[in-house]
Amino acid sequence: MIDESKQNLVCFRTLGKDQPWSLQTYIEVGGYSSLKKLLKEKTEAEVIIEEIKTSGLRGRGGAGFPTGLKWSFMPRTAPGQKYIVCNSDEGEPGTFKDRDILRYNPHQLIEGMIIAGYCIGASVGYNYIRGEFWQPYERFEAALAEAREAGLLGADIQGSGFDFELFVHLGAGAYICGEETALLESIEGKKGQPRFKPPFPAGFGLYGRPTTINNTETLASVPVILEKGGSWFADLGKPNNGGTKLFSVSGHVNKPGNYEIPMGTPFKDLLELAGGVRHGHRLKAVIPGGSSVPVLPGDVMMELDMDYDSISGAGSMLGAGSVIVMDETTDMVDALERLSYFYHEESCGQCTPCREGTGWLYRVIHRINTGAGKKQDLDLLTDMANKIQGRTICALGDAAAMPVTSFLTQFRSEFEAKINNKAAV
Amino acid sequence: MTEMTLSANAITEIEKELEKYPADRKESAVMAALRIVQDEFRWVSKEIMQEIADLLEMPAIHVYEVATFYSMYEHKDVGQHKICVCTNISCQLCGSKKVLDHLKKKTGVGPGETTPDGRITIKEVECLGACGGAPMMQVGKEYYENLTTDSIDRILEGLD
Ligand SMILES: Cc1cc2nc3c(=O)[nH]c(=O)nc-3n(C[C@H](O)[C@H](O)[C@H](O)COP(=O)(O)O)c2cc1C
Ligand code: SF4
Ligand code: FES
Repeated sequence: MIDESKQNLVCFRTLGKDQPWSLQTYIEVGGYSSLKKLLKEKTEAEVIIEEIKTSGLRGRGGAGFPTGLKWSFMPRTAPGQKYIVCNSDEGEPGTFKDRDILRYNPHQLIEGMIIAGYCIGASVGYNYIRGEFWQPYERFEAALAEAREAGLLGADIQGSGFDFELFVHLGAGAYICGEETALLESIEGKKGQPRFKPPFPAGFGLYGRPTTINNTETLASVPVILEKGGSWFADLGKPNNGGTKLFSVSGHVNKPGNYEIPMGTPFKDLLELAGGVRHGHRLKAVIPGGSSVPVLPGDVMMELDMDYDSISGAGSMLGAGSVIVMDETTDMVDALERLSYFYHEESCGQCTPCREGTGWLYRVIHRINTGAGKKQDLDLLTDMANKIQGRTICALGDAAAMPVTSFLTQFRSEFEAKINNKAAV
Repeated sequence: MTEMTLSANAITEIEKELEKYPADRKESAVMAALRIVQDEFRWVSKEIMQEIADLLEMPAIHVYEVATFYSMYEHKDVGQHKICVCTNISCQLCGSKKVLDHLKKKTGVGPGETTPDGRITIKEVECLGACGGAPMMQVGKEYYENLTTDSIDRILEGLD
């Protein structure tokens, strides 16, 4: 069982308090002290970036890129406008953690963004919030107003000479805008279509200016790391897997929800925290990192720890920490059909393998699921998935292919059964 | 029907949005402009896209491209209440099909349809980032989570 003293230490530290989202509550738990200290002492950006590197913080948006390293790529002293952009698009099925940061601890994200801006030499930030998140958006806006009122945002913050403004850009329903360069296009008022990389955003980002994009949870972790020290954070987790992480647990569990626990916690402990599998059923499968990562059989998952290395050692990925739990009653063909529909629906259409391939994947899985599958369909699916992977501008293509190959590898007999028993359907 | 044209109020709101972006990057406010208009009229017409284009000094075709790329913008009138039911993986696992069935039973309409009296439109949508509360749906701007047939009944009764 996970010790309560190990829970809610970072992004969820205001949880359980009265009005956890208010400035007053945030200041009571130590909020804005990191920012005030670095502004007062005029701490060198390099020193802060070193501390972030020590913490082992890795991007919480899915790719797990080391945050300190990402910040160090910015030409911070180069003249001209630079930007910090927060990715609160949160559209990966199974993921619902950033919404709770926005709703319950918006000030910590604001503080994290100001500190990031200070480190990379940006005086303007945007938080891209998905358009459906209206209540979280209003919470975040209210927190921005409080911060401005308190002199924590705007010109010459706390008399330091450092200016920083922060705005919200609301999305309007497009999963692809979570991809960082599509997100930048969207802020520029365009269709959210990913850009070719290179150039990378650190050189050519928003409006062609150097830009750093980080996930909500990544940025909201920063103030606590600076308050308590990089090694404090790193030591909460495991080597190469520092800190705590928000895990969004959904599906067939008794207590679905977000759990902030140390990285490296055994999956079985997280499952217990989430109340175990519903109705006392047997665990069948888990998608450990959001719909885009390979599915794993339940018995494999029960031996793993919730960190980047343990999950990738078993052939999947920690992704955004979005744990989708499936019990023995789950129809895996049905589940994969729904996921394939999603990627087909959300493909931005720029690359032929993704635009056409996702449509084909969906149609073939649909026909298997509706009893019209053919013997050769499974090989066809594998072949198509392989033809998408690695041949597209952005990772949505891979994200569409990986569920298909992993479902077919792990649960092949269910697909075969639907094909063979089609008369019975 | 009232003619769809930018109201003084909408223009004020769009101008407030423009303050967020560099002065020479007015098109950044196009998504906000479309949302503001849709909040007023429930959908966005081609005519009003032209007005937005003029206001933001951008080609109308770009406004149109944006308006058709993002799923939240409507291109014909919808019901007074738009009900968006998530049927993605976590909601599927937790019974989103039952939610749709129950809504159909109660309103007589399914995904993509509007009740004949124009009160309710039902849409099937992708993950809304509230999977911990599956099955869930959005009505207007509000999220409703952990849906049961009883709670759906209460939500429907609460609509004007
Ligand atoms: C199709 C697609 C969707 C994505 N959606 C999100 C998202 O909703 N939120 C997010 O933070 N990152 C998302 N990402 C990852 C971002 O591109 C980017 O890696 C991330 O925001 C960087 O922040 P981090 O380093 O703090 O994780 C997505 C990537 C792809 C390819
Ligand atoms: S991989 Fe798919 S979503 Fe990504 S850029 Fe290409 S077509 Fe668009
Ligand atoms: S799957 Fe329904 S809200 Fe995420």
